[in-house]
Amino acid sequence: MLSLAPSPAVDAVMLEARAADFSKRSLKRETKRAAIDLAIRCIDLTTLEGKDSPGRVRSMCAKAVQAVPGAPSVAAVCVYPNMVAIAKAAVAGSSVKVASVATAFPSGLSSLDVKLRDTEAALEAGADEIDMVINRGAFLAGDEELVFEEIAAVKRLCGDVHVKAILEAGELGSYDAIRRASDLALEAGADTIKTSTGKIGVSATLPIALAMCQSLHAFHHRTGQRRGFKAAGGIRTSKSALAYLVLIDEVLGAAWLDPDLFRIGASSLLDDLLLQREKERTGRYPSPDIIPKD
Amino acid sequence: MIETAPTRLQYAASRESTPAGIAATYGHFIDGAFTPSSDGATFETINPATDEPLAQVAAGTPADVDRAVAAARAAYEKYWRPLSPARRAAYIYRIARAISERSRELAVLETLDNGKPIKESRDFDVPQASAHFFYYAGWADKLAYAGRGGGVPHARGVVGSIVPWNFPLLMAAWKIAPALAAGNTIVLKPAETTPLSALRLAEICAEADLPPGVLNIVTGDGTTGAALAAHPGVDKIAFTGSTEVGKAIARNRAGSRVPLTLELGGKAANIVFADAPIDAAIEGIVSGIYFNQGHVCCAGSRLLVQESIHDEVVARLKQRIETLRVGDPLDKNTDIGAINSRAQLARIHELVESGIAEGAVLHRQSAALPDRGCFFPASFFTGVGPGMRIAREEIFGPVLSVLTFRTADEAIEKANNTRYGLSAGVWTDKGSKSMYVAARLKAGVVWCSTFNQFDPSSPFGGYRESGFGREGGLEGLRPYLTLDA
Repeated sequence: MLSLAPSPAVDAVMLEARAADFSKRSLKRETKRAAIDLAIRCIDLTTLEGKDSPGRVRSMCAKAVQAVPGAPSVAAVCVYPNMVAIAKAAVAGSSVKVASVATAFPSGLSSLDVKLRDTEAALEAGADEIDMVINRGAFLAGDEELVFEEIAAVKRLCGDVHVKAILEAGELGSYDAIRRASDLALEAGADTIKTSTGKIGVSATLPIALAMCQSLHAFHHRTGQRRGFKAAGGIRTSKSALAYLVLIDEVLGAAWLDPDLFRIGASSLLDDLLLQREKERTGRYPSPDIIPKD
Repeated sequence: MIETAPTRLQYAASRESTPAGIAATYGHFIDGAFTPSSDGATFETINPATDEPLAQVAAGTPADVDRAVAAARAAYEKYWRPLSPARRAAYIYRIARAISERSRELAVLETLDNGKPIKESRDFDVPQASAHFFYYAGWADKLAYAGRGGGVPHARGVVGSIVPWNFPLLMAAWKIAPALAAGNTIVLKPAETTPLSALRLAEICAEADLPPGVLNIVTGDGTTGAALAAHPGVDKIAFTGSTEVGKAIARNRAGSRVPLTLELGGKAANIVFADAPIDAAIEGIVSGIYFNQGHVCCAGSRLLVQESIHDEVVARLKQRIETLRVGDPLDKNTDIGAINSRAQLARIHELVESGIAEGAVLHRQSAALPDRGCFFPASFFTGVGPGMRIAREEIFGPVLSVLTFRTADEAIEKANNTRYGLSAGVWTDKGSKSMYVAARLKAGVVWCSTFNQFDPSSPFGGYRESGFGREGGLEGLRPYLTLDA
């Protein structure tokens, strides 16, 4: 069962200082064009609202496959379990995958049975990927074993289906805890560790991403396995998305600059990336209205 | 699907384009005006990243030094001593603001003349220089609070300062700001290979209407510096540079009543315990030795790592140095710029070869170096014996020596086993251990879980052959003051 070595301490001052450096690299012209397309290919285009309807989901899926002529498809769409079947049909024939949140998203406070049934429903509807939330209440209460077991149980149920464990880093209280939760989730079998649900004030930040990527780096060093990272919530501008690419490149290496290992969960970010893409192509800022609303 | 090798993210070469406005020739700045050398001699200052000349600079003679000291003396008597302290502060604030306003231009100039990456001159050297003037401006009218009892201290008179090439503008600021705030006038001799930023600072002071003769700059090589250090008209000497030259100045001045501040070399221990926040420690090791190409007197050049994590740290360091970008110092993406001079590059090569000959194992980043200019890759040695030259001598380049220890007491003993004592670093997550070790290290500055942090209010200086006297803070102001009549 759980026999996880202690996690190394994280120094907040040094972590934040290094994270700030990732915004200082220069991406312009060709290098910016390449980075924008890479960022688009790594997006999980997301809608997770109580008012989500079949029409809204179909509209978003169409944009995910191709937002404007010439633009690459995003990696996946991310929806609630009861929208999975609709999304699957809408992206059929494209490379776009369907990810579903599950396990009593966003709080994760429900019995394991309910969480597994929630996951099962998403899988039955055809989800390619499961974005599960970890049990933060148990984690903060010190019950690491329960957190570990829930992740392991979901992964067992999912089999080859990709599992992303959402740490909800903004609720964990310290970088030490974020590092610990990352180590725990990777050891329990999560294919990807994800920063946030997007439902609370503090979502993805560069220091949080750095702490998590340091865990992924150490995991790779220890086991030889490459696991994924997903930054979600609060990334709205191209500039901030590109800083994440720099972080991934400099901390984890080029092998991670791939939708299999890196994702950005976002909704409005895609519009800004498309706008910047157009600007790099034509040299002028276009009207925001050339980007279709979903 | 075609498998392709992962490609790294490509950055755009992004050269800082602010013009540096370098003139073809520069004279000394004496008595408020630029004047040629008494014998008309000049020397060339080059851009170490390209080997191209930047300007011709006056080569100072003893007669030039005489003139500068006389101008400083006259300005002290005529303008600076009678001036109200609040007015003196106003001038220093004005200089501080002008440095901030012209920060881009100064950063480019510094990078061209010195070779350091623009991100460092822009984010460290120039802002710190400005901060130093701001800090000491505040002291100018508060000297009554700078004494240790016995009356209100006052200026000594004429200060002679000699600064090195590794932080040319910042080291000039460290000397000029407290000297002026205390009410002294000053003659400054910048390093032979990096005179331009001090000369630009002279222009800034002239534009700030600083009275003529309050600040004088005499450029030249070591002989000019020696003439200034030995000059009978100087009331206080502040020197930053090599231990060898510092010792010569101390010998020369022995028995005179002229006080010295010497900030000399170092071979700092950076101690990493097994319980350290390891990712932070790796960053601290990297910035400790590779900051400013390792041209830092307080560089963490001796890594003492606890034996149980030695292999992990070495593996992590090997990976980390691969991500450092070495090249054009003006490119904002550059992490490691040019070595300051051919002479320094030769010294680094010589010491590195001694390390290899003595049996240590060299690891270096694999990136190709630029075709021209003075460059050296980020490097470190493993298998270093405590008696090897690379473990004992200051390399003053991007080369780290890795040694191991087993217990805290052994780490302290090894860290103190050096003729220097300028700085040290301690990396552990345990506060009590951090304090235990820091209190026992014979070094002027001990950084705990960080490295190379500076603030104008914090004193900096060494033990033993790293020199004496402090710069920064109240401690750095006092050497420029006296109670003597």
